Amino acid sequence: MAADSILTVRNLKVAFDTPDGVVEAVKGIDLDVKSGETLAIVGESGSGKSQTMMGIMGLLAKNGRAIGSASYRGKELIGLPMKELNTVRGAKITMIFQEPMTSLDPLYTIGRQIAEPIVHHRGGNFKQAKARALELLELVGIPDPARRINSYPHELSGGQRQRVMIAMALANEPDILIADEPTTALDVTIQAQILDLLKSLQEKFGMAVVLITHDLGIVRHFANRVAVMRRGEVVETGTTIDIFERPQADYTRMLLAAEPSGRKASPPDSAPIILEGRNVCVDYHTGGGLFSRASGTFRAVDDITLRLKQGQTIGIVGESGSGKSTLGRALLKLLPASGHIRFETRDISHFGRSTMRPLRHELQLVFQDPYGSLSPRQTVGEIITEGLYVHAPQLSKVERDRRAIEALKEVGLDPAARNRYPHEFSGGQRQRIAIARAMILKPKVVILDEPTSALDRSVQGQVIELLRGLQTSHDLSYIFISHDLSVIKAMSDYVIVMKNGKIVEEGETDAIFDAPKQDYTKTLMNAVYTA
Amino acid sequence: MISFVLRRLASAVPTLFIVVTISFFLMRFAPGGPFNLERPLPPQTMANLMRTYQLDQPLWRQYLTYITNAVTGDFGPSYIYKDNTVAELIAKGLPYSLELGFYALLVALIGGVLAGTIAALRQNSILDFAIMSVSTIGVTVPNFVVGPVLTLIFAVILAWLPAGSWGDGSLRFLILPMIALALPQLAVFARLTRGSMIEALHTDHIRTARAYGLPARTVVVTHAMRAALLPVVSYLAPCAAALLTGSAVIETIFTIPGVGRYFVLGAINRDYTLVMGTVVLVAIFVIVFNLVVDILYGLLDPRVRHD
Amino acid sequence: MTDMVYTPLAPLPETRSRSLFQLAALRFRRNRAAMAGCVVLVLIALFSFLGPLFISHKYDQVFPSYVSVPPSLEARPNAGSLQEAMEGVAARARVTLKEFAVEGQAFTATVTSDSEIDPRTTRYFDRANEFDETQVVATEDGGKTLKLEGKVSREYFFFGTDSNGRDMLARVMLGGQISIAVGLLASIVSLGVGVIYGATSGYIGGRVDNVMMRFVEILYSLPFVFLVVVLVVFFGRSFILIFLVIGAVEWLDMARIVRGQTLALKRREFVGAAQALGLTDWQIIRRHIIPNTIGPVVVFVTVVVPKVILLESFLSFLGLGVQAPLTSWGALISEGANNIQSAPWLLIFPAIFFVVTLFSLNFAGDGLRDALDPKDR
Repeated sequence: MAADSILTVRNLKVAFDTPDGVVEAVKGIDLDVKSGETLAIVGESGSGKSQTMMGIMGLLAKNGRAIGSASYRGKELIGLPMKELNTVRGAKITMIFQEPMTSLDPLYTIGRQIAEPIVHHRGGNFKQAKARALELLELVGIPDPARRINSYPHELSGGQRQRVMIAMALANEPDILIADEPTTALDVTIQAQILDLLKSLQEKFGMAVVLITHDLGIVRHFANRVAVMRRGEVVETGTTIDIFERPQADYTRMLLAAEPSGRKASPPDSAPIILEGRNVCVDYHTGGGLFSRASGTFRAVDDITLRLKQGQTIGIVGESGSGKSTLGRALLKLLPASGHIRFETRDISHFGRSTMRPLRHELQLVFQDPYGSLSPRQTVGEIITEGLYVHAPQLSKVERDRRAIEALKEVGLDPAARNRYPHEFSGGQRQRIAIARAMILKPKVVILDEPTSALDRSVQGQVIELLRGLQTSHDLSYIFISHDLSVIKAMSDYVIVMKNGKIVEEGETDAIFDAPKQDYTKTLMNAVYTA
Repeated sequence: MISFVLRRLASAVPTLFIVVTISFFLMRFAPGGPFNLERPLPPQTMANLMRTYQLDQPLWRQYLTYITNAVTGDFGPSYIYKDNTVAELIAKGLPYSLELGFYALLVALIGGVLAGTIAALRQNSILDFAIMSVSTIGVTVPNFVVGPVLTLIFAVILAWLPAGSWGDGSLRFLILPMIALALPQLAVFARLTRGSMIEALHTDHIRTARAYGLPARTVVVTHAMRAALLPVVSYLAPCAAALLTGSAVIETIFTIPGVGRYFVLGAINRDYTLVMGTVVLVAIFVIVFNLVVDILYGLLDPRVRHD
Repeated sequence: MTDMVYTPLAPLPETRSRSLFQLAALRFRRNRAAMAGCVVLVLIALFSFLGPLFISHKYDQVFPSYVSVPPSLEARPNAGSLQEAMEGVAARARVTLKEFAVEGQAFTATVTSDSEIDPRTTRYFDRANEFDETQVVATEDGGKTLKLEGKVSREYFFFGTDSNGRDMLARVMLGGQISIAVGLLASIVSLGVGVIYGATSGYIGGRVDNVMMRFVEILYSLPFVFLVVVLVVFFGRSFILIFLVIGAVEWLDMARIVRGQTLALKRREFVGAAQALGLTDWQIIRRHIIPNTIGPVVVFVTVVVPKVILLESFLSFLGLGVQAPLTSWGALISEGANNIQSAPWLLIFPAIFFVVTLFSLNFAGDGLRDALDPKDR
């Protein structure tokens, strides 16, 4: 079709053999990658966007196979013998993966890993290749590259590792660079740096970039063209402007609308303070085995003071390691912390586990990972009524069941779900179950620790709707912890920005978002790409 | 590195001490003594014997004496091999056990890693199934069966190899006991390697290596193999300690004058000093090989490198 | 797994609801090697425990006439050897055998002697394993010739007999009972000790964990053979103590595995959620930790059982196993290994059962591991 298409994919199918039969992950798609452009492939989890590229590159798991056609400059890649395919991969088409932590071999220095494909594709010895690796490391902005070249991956941060991956990808000046969710595992500020780096390098080397992502903000800022995938099919293809301004497919429109929206009004000034923390500090002890004396303390939460009013939502935003989750647990007395914590009229600073127990049903917690927070061996009914078992042991079985039904209805799940097991539900449904587990106890304060971060955008919106609805109907107070500014904005009426265990800035949501005062907050805001 | 080794050796001292203490008292609390024979000795002779070997002293004194002597390398006289000290017995037997164990270790390690790697690369093929079945047999057939069967086939029926004894120490004499000794360990190595190799082949960085067009050989040998060897190296310590200090079964079946037999003979005959000597020997081997393996591990895996 | 649900009530998957355990069972049933292993194990257990009900020989019953006879599907004695046996008996009774005939299960014989024969000589006939219920039916020649009648007792020795003339079939069955029992009981002991020790160490953590694991490390550097031998010598050679001793040695690995599991589970969010709900430590261990460690523990048991059976056989080889006339597969095998050239069947039959059992356990264990593999979830 397109004359300048350097990678032409026609009717590509990817199928996996599973014990339950053949599962088709990609169902016959067409794509064209043109020289020098950035093509974004957008889709939610399970859309087959990654498997498409894995299929083309011959990287499918053993039980997977690709059928159809994918030709690179006239050379058919599907079904190509491994030896010939290896002259293309790593030289003409290279790849960056999502997980910078595991994509590099932990047992070799980064210099050697960058040099390896150079030696393999261009010949020469490792010494010459190392010299090139050094140039590349400098190019991708690794500080002190002469020293870093002999580092092992575990000695680098996530962002630096992703830079090393990029250096590796550029080593042989490829025609096409496939970036599979290159920044999903990174903090927002790092994400911005990596994407900017990719863009500048693309301009310099003139290669095409295939950007696989679920994040429409990134797409809008970096892609020339977009292919929207859903359940193994391409729903829509077009230029970035067309897709964002004039989306044709319902699905694309839904995705664009899924960006969390709406605002929450602040509670009246007269609202009573329900949970208060003053000068809260949490220290972690590091090291210190039986015989080693080299132990130290690490202050994860450093002198934080916050007041949560009835009906209020305080959003706590920060990057990984900022101490925001630790703070949440400390406020619930799930971690030893110093400082004062007051719940309603009681000072709970010195409450132990047993004195806290009767209060637990009023102070609840919802976790990030909907897969990890539900015990895989209990039914949904057992999971959500577990709290009743502690706090209302006098309830009859029938009554407990009735409450479970009520709670499930409240979070928008079929009550029949209570006889099933968590693994039978999708991420969004599981998060609803986790919310039901907290709601069944009729809490007053709920701490929401990244409850939407593991979910697809479209599902995120629904969970946020649900949480907001529950808040109004039960007059709940939330502490909402997240790294995702758009979610924070939609949920909270007051925002605290945290970094390294300290509060950087706090204030009304509008004030923080419209007129951030601190540099760090500004960096954070600028790093976000809005769709 | 040197300080790491020194620190580890220093921390081995209390371990060794506790091992000696536990074994000493465990041994002494067992009913019976070295001179409780089927035909009881006359009381006078018995008393003399007890005095000669200081067994009439209170237990704590015997313990102190033993510890102080042991520090200087004196492990006392053997009660059943009356003309020998324990140190002499071990010095005499150890070279045989070491040589045999070393060959067996070599065979087990090389053979096991090779077989395991092949099985992993051809996962679920007939070859994989065959290798795994043979290695399951290796794990499940006790070596006191393997020994006589090998002897029957190769020494009696085919008459290719001698049936037992150390002979002149040439390879001909060593082959059968070596195979019998190596087989179970070879099987363990094969299973370990297969498992860790399959796991290693599924890691993200192997995907990276393949995505960069590295040939299959490089992917397997430089990237997967090194990661897959880590659990194998961990197993090396207990395995080497067990093989090099001799096997009671193999040494009995093939009549090899190693130290392996001393455990059993000593324990059954309540030869306190002999048993204690072998306990110390094995504990030292275990500790030393754990250290060696830790160093090896550090060389293979930069994440646990000891500076 | 996108849940593109616009309706407030999310539709549920239509398949039948299955717990993780049921899913694992399903996967296990699909694994043919593992299923075959299970079937074989059941058959061997039935053979060992119910088999003795169907054979007439006791495991300690001695047949002096059949010492070290090779296995055969035919009944012993056959006609030729009966004649021989009868001549032997006659010689012992100091009478001359004139006629001898076998018809079905009965025999008739005519014996003569120079002097009058005491009718009580029939005792000599009964004493031989081959003949039973010998009676004098007629006396001739004034007592010098006796006509005898009696029953021929034919014995089947499918597995042959050992050097004491005991039926190997019965011995292999008994050996199976003991080996299986020792394997299971010792595994239960090591399971109990290991799970409690490991879970405590892992859940309490910190300094307690350090000390407890240090102790395990020290036990690891004790020569294992020594420990077992000393304990067996110490406790004596009774059957119950043998599995206690083996279990006491085998719990170390179990403790390490359970500790690792507990440490990992402690960090899981559902344990955090349970703490937030206000569950006590014990409730958390009971409701969350233990149910979630069962998978690896069950898998490990399938590894321990064969290990224990092997260890017991090693003890038997050293002469420290169960005492005769009781026996185990290990004891039978080591006996057989000593007689490998003269009576190979003494080795072959117990060895086949032993190896097939361990083989099946291995396959079942591998299948169980695959079925319970958490990566599949």
